[in-house]
Amino acid sequence: MIKVKNLVKTFDGNEVLKNISINFEKGKTNLIIGRSGSGKTVLLKCVLGLFDVDKGEIWYDDRNFTLTGEKERKKMRQEIGMVFQGGALFDSISVEENVRFPLDMFTTMSLREKQQRVAFCLDHVNIEPRAYKLSPSEISGGMKKRVAIARAIALNPRYLFCDEPNSGLDPETSTVIDQLLFDLTKEFEMTTIINTHDMNSVIEIGESILFISKGEKEWVGTNKEILNSNNQKLNDFIFANKLYAQMRKEVEEG
Amino acid sequence: MKFLFHVGRYFSMLKMAFARPEKHRMYLKQLFYEIENLGVSSVGIVVVVSIFIGGIMTIQFAYALMNPLYPSYLIGLATRDTLLLEFSSTMLALIMAGKIGSNITSEIGSMRVTEQIDSLEIMGINSASYLILPKIIAVVFIFPFLYIISVFFGILGGLVTGPITGTITLPEYVDGIKTLFVPYYATFSIIKSLVFGFLVASVPAYFGYYVQGGALDVGKASTTAVVNTNILILFFDLILTRLLLT
Repeated sequence: MIKVKNLVKTFDGNEVLKNISINFEKGKTNLIIGRSGSGKTVLLKCVLGLFDVDKGEIWYDDRNFTLTGEKERKKMRQEIGMVFQGGALFDSISVEENVRFPLDMFTTMSLREKQQRVAFCLDHVNIEPRAYKLSPSEISGGMKKRVAIARAIALNPRYLFCDEPNSGLDPETSTVIDQLLFDLTKEFEMTTIINTHDMNSVIEIGESILFISKGEKEWVGTNKEILNSNNQKLNDFIFANKLYAQMRKEVEEG
Repeated sequence: MKFLFHVGRYFSMLKMAFARPEKHRMYLKQLFYEIENLGVSSVGIVVVVSIFIGGIMTIQFAYALMNPLYPSYLIGLATRDTLLLEFSSTMLALIMAGKIGSNITSEIGSMRVTEQIDSLEIMGINSASYLILPKIIAVVFIFPFLYIISVFFGILGGLVTGPITGTITLPEYVDGIKTLFVPYYATFSIIKSLVFGFLVASVPAYFGYYVQGGALDVGKASTTAVVNTNILILFFDLILTRLLLT
């Protein structure tokens, strides 16, 4: 579990996150949603330690991440997997080497063991062996995301972070990625935090949803509750999509 | 004020880059890759430029020393000493700042804007050390070799061009390059090339590492890096010449 307590983050005096408190639960897909510029990515980067926080605490289970030193933080980061918006795969190495990279860096496994682990991870994200030797520039956007997920789970992380994993993908591939993240979260009992503004993801895999507006926590709930919420800002965000407005209307009409 | 900010951040980046590596074997692998990528791949351009400059210098010295009072071996001597003292170290470093420097800035800058550096940091890897240290070591290591190759091919360029164009005979040129040879000139220039190698790798790495924005900003950073590296090379050339040669 990851706990965020009274988090405040400012940039040049501008308060981007305002006193956010939330628990991201283990074994669940925790979603952070909100409009562009609402502070989702800043929150994610604060939790990851890429931004220093001005006030508040971040707890990874029983460890206070905000108080840990650089050395301890580095160790903790080996328990974290991250899937970036664009995949962030290393261009100069192949798909296989990308997934093997954290293993090369942090384990004493033999080459054979590493190859087995790479094959296991890539198989889990449905990447066929013929793609192993390709470079990231030779694969599609959807495949890049899947390889990034495989790399993120290579070290068997306890915490998985995803920054807009569906951006730039077609609806079918987005669904595949969502399902993959959901299944992996369950299989490996990870605390998964997904930053998204894709409503399909919210409905499909949003077991715990945090809605942020202008840096403030506006609403917390599940995908089952979100369509019936009374929060005006949340409703404005969701029902900007006519499909969901129609869905709500149908639910209300029974 | 901005200048001091950049100087401070540059040294703080160097401090991070020279930190203890996470896994020596991975860094060594990266080092060999950089030696090949930045150093060995530069040999071709060094050879071509040096041959032409050596030939051009021989023709120009022959033109300048046309007075019958000057002994003809002076043409070979002047070509050799110019290559040894200035061209093969300083001029070559300026050329390499364009080739290697822009390569380093654009590579690291692209990694920054595509979040690859963030990805390394989240894995718990010191990105400055992993990306920059092997480049600095590789360039510092390869620069003296590039200097030696440049001197050799520069002299060879003069040797071929002089007799072909009829500006000097082969024996006169060979006599010139053997006359009054001062080995310290080579030592001096190798010291310079080590310093220039460090600048050519570290300054562009700094501009790439801290780039913000997108592809356009990476391009701008590459230009800024090359300009600043060139200025620093000339500045250090002046200092080293004053310290080591006078």
